Amino acid sequence: MISMQTADQTLDEILALASAHFKVPREKLSPDDDFFKTLGIDSLQTLDLLTKLENHFHVELPDYELQGVSDFRTLAGKIKSRL
Amino acid sequence: MSTLEAGWYGETLAYELKDGVAEVCLHRNPCNEIGSLSLQEMESFCTALQNLQQPSHAVIIYSNKKAGFCAGADLRELYERSQKMEKAEALQGVRDFLERIHHVLNVIDGTPQTTIAAVHGVTFGGGLELALACDLIVADKTARFAFPELRLGLIPGFGGIPRLKRDVGNAIVRDLLLTGRSFNAAKAQQVGLVSQVVAEGEALRVARTTASQVRKFDRQTSATAKKFIKPIPREELRQEIDLFCDLFLRPEVEAGLKKFVESKDAQPYLP
Repeated sequence: MISMQTADQTLDEILALASAHFKVPREKLSPDDDFFKTLGIDSLQTLDLLTKLENHFHVELPDYELQGVSDFRTLAGKIKSRL
Repeated sequence: MSTLEAGWYGETLAYELKDGVAEVCLHRNPCNEIGSLSLQEMESFCTALQNLQQPSHAVIIYSNKKAGFCAGADLRELYERSQKMEKAEALQGVRDFLERIHHVLNVIDGTPQTTIAAVHGVTFGGGLELALACDLIVADKTARFAFPELRLGLIPGFGGIPRLKRDVGNAIVRDLLLTGRSFNAAKAQQVGLVSQVVAEGEALRVARTTASQVRKFDRQTSATAKKFIKPIPREELRQEIDLFCDLFLRPEVEAGLKKFVESKDAQPYLP
């Protein structure tokens, strides 16, 4: 089944979720930001974000898929590949 | 000696008896890592549980740490202590610790009361093993489960493999162990690990409601059924300790522990 959601829509939703979850203003987040630095989060909080994203998009994303991923755009690509 | 009836507040956990339910609250910063003091206090709880005079139908174990239920063994303590000892002494220390924690988890596993782990957030390694010793796991939506031990060159040592095999299909056991990945509460329920998935922050409340339900039934019958349904895999548990000890002195393990303990990057908990 082909997902009707575009990559940009996925990215927008991720940025909105991250903003709301970590209480960082949406305008301060950009697709190519290093989310560890911009959100000020560690790996435990990244797992928290991952759970939120999995629940929101109804996908399962093994956390080893996040190896080397530190920006929202790449993260969105990983999510999109599971839709 | 502390009793459940009187309640007790320690450095890593607290316990009390409330309306026939023995409640254990894990409260060690940052995420209830299980080290020697935690073990000592868990042993105290087990003694209190075994000496309980008043009727009790359930045990609930939960955490009040935001990060989660329990992130597993205290790797910093394990690494720092092992660095100060000769290898043979370090290995004996590890074996002693494992045998003690196995005793604790066997008491929880086999206690006649119905045991419920109310989990949220990080439920990794020894934390997952603690939850697996319970009859039921109630997880909130933030819960994540993992056996990250392979990342350190080890296998789970607190009884996780035999207990996980008891509860879920072997494919899931292989997935968790061989990839070291974590999965969320929805997946955990899908594979039969978790009994109920609830909204964020609701796990303890739902565990208490479940305990109230359990109270309706004859205790002797429940205890008999539990013993029949949930045999403790003692032989495999002993084998697990031996395998863990066989692996422990390998240089890969020291390197893995060192890397975790000294990590200043953002990703020590990611595989």
